[in-house]
Amino acid sequence: MSDKTPCPSCKSELDAASLKANLLVCPSCGHHFRMEPKDRIAYLADEGTFSEFCKAMRSLNPIEMDGYEEKLSEAARKSNLDEAVITGTCEIEGMPVVLALMSFSFMGGSMGSVVGEKITRAILKGVENKCPVIVYATSGGARMQEGIFSLMQMAKTASAAAELDREGLPLFVVLCDPTTGGVTASFAMLGDVAIAEPGALIGFAGPRVIEGTMKQTLPTGFQRAEFQLEKGFVDIVAPRKEQRDLFVKLLKAHRPASGDKKGGAA
Amino acid sequence: MSTPKKVLSRVEELQRLAAEAGIDISDEIKKITEKVDEGSASTRAWQRVELARNPDRPRALDVIANICDDFIELHGDRHFGDDPALIGGIGFINGIPVTIIGNQKGRNLKETVARNGGMANPEGYRKALRLARQAEKFHRPIITLIDTQGAFPGLGAEERGIGEAIAVNLREFSQLKTPIICIIIGEGGSGGALGIGVGDKIYMLENAVYSVISPEGYASILLRDASQAKNAAGKMKITAEDLLEMRICNGIIAEPKGGAHVDPAESSRLIKEAVVRDLEDLMPRNPAVLVRYRNQKIRKFGHYTEE
Repeated sequence: MSDKTPCPSCKSELDAASLKANLLVCPSCGHHFRMEPKDRIAYLADEGTFSEFCKAMRSLNPIEMDGYEEKLSEAARKSNLDEAVITGTCEIEGMPVVLALMSFSFMGGSMGSVVGEKITRAILKGVENKCPVIVYATSGGARMQEGIFSLMQMAKTASAAAELDREGLPLFVVLCDPTTGGVTASFAMLGDVAIAEPGALIGFAGPRVIEGTMKQTLPTGFQRAEFQLEKGFVDIVAPRKEQRDLFVKLLKAHRPASGDKKGGAA
Repeated sequence: MSTPKKVLSRVEELQRLAAEAGIDISDEIKKITEKVDEGSASTRAWQRVELARNPDRPRALDVIANICDDFIELHGDRHFGDDPALIGGIGFINGIPVTIIGNQKGRNLKETVARNGGMANPEGYRKALRLARQAEKFHRPIITLIDTQGAFPGLGAEERGIGEAIAVNLREFSQLKTPIICIIIGEGGSGGALGIGVGDKIYMLENAVYSVISPEGYASILLRDASQAKNAAGKMKITAEDLLEMRICNGIIAEPKGGAHVDPAESSRLIKEAVVRDLEDLMPRNPAVLVRYRNQKIRKFGHYTEE
């Protein structure tokens, strides 16, 4: 197999196998391609330690929107995923963590009841297991087909983040391309440490909406990871290949103190 | 006779004729009646959208003036500036000091411009949080009056972290150890509304709407036709009755016949009645228990299966 993929950034013709071996990062210019949860698990988690939970959770059609069930089955078939987020526990260098990994391939990573509930339970699993929670966020925003219930997922995930806070346990969020809308305005911006993938679009309103409001074209790099770093909303822009090492260090810095059940260095 | 009724009477006629001729048209009839139902649902929902957006509808500051014996407006987020689109301060309702926070749309063109049409920037949400924490510190209940299309989708709003500002409010309002009563008095637009919309009691005025996106936005994104807004409004379940049925809001506050703008004083009296009743109920409660119930309620939002 010698499938060639053109890099959208530098136009290099990339060999699919070597691209995969390079964590879906262009070896010429460093462009980060979107990465699916299973590939991130393979990269981040100690081998064989990932154990998924809430796999069976499925959306209903709460506001009886025409065509939503079909849309869900189509998304599942096309993406080969159950929903737009995978949640589970694992170890990184032997340190236990809860992982929640979103995928843009399932209905644009939109947050409906299932995404909201799974993220919430992942955060609360951190409380239960007294361990840190790592969320890889990518989303176009709220899932409009679920109407007001989607909006309420923002409040729900934020309420879970508050509980993790109270227990002194850390939430690490990696903002991936793109992270916008209701996901940005809830758990994605509540990380104790906010990490962004290079070049990722991170914002609340989408660029086209803002252009419509301002009636002007946006400056180059607007809302990108590096822009958010400059504006102070991101702690670190971390290339993919450095993320595992970064987590090893961060997890060591946030180990629960022995004999202190509240734990955490936060 | 209304147009849908006219259609339905013709349908009855058609059914009779078909029966006489021995033709089965029941499937076709079902399709037509469904269309008529949908049409009237969107007409009803759209009437609410128009009332919620009526330029003469009482704004947050009008409601405040009517329900408070006295009100001191407080300004600024202490970091960037003061956002005139999101106002707040200390009011007295029947002598009880409360903190009131609200989206403020303009009452005329000049004020609409000055208040950015009620679309707040990050500093508005940060001011709201500052005032809410102040309320908690001094044991004042909080009342929020929601009336916005949404947070401002502007360049500066993004630069100053509108997403982060709303996210922090959602987290912090869930934990405030003081009663919070939220009332959607007009438009409840998406994250911009929810940014001051987490509380113990959520009310909607009879003609208020609350939605994840505007009907126009829904139409242009999902129906790929912005002119389908009215149709979208009917599908989205955004009226006070819809939200009560879905248990997102706790109750509906009635409006005078024709809408709140017909008789703002009466509308405010009805709001005050609901607020006073809830203050009496919520204020004696143990704050820790209040917070626990608030979060239990928030965690229940959503529809899914695990089978």
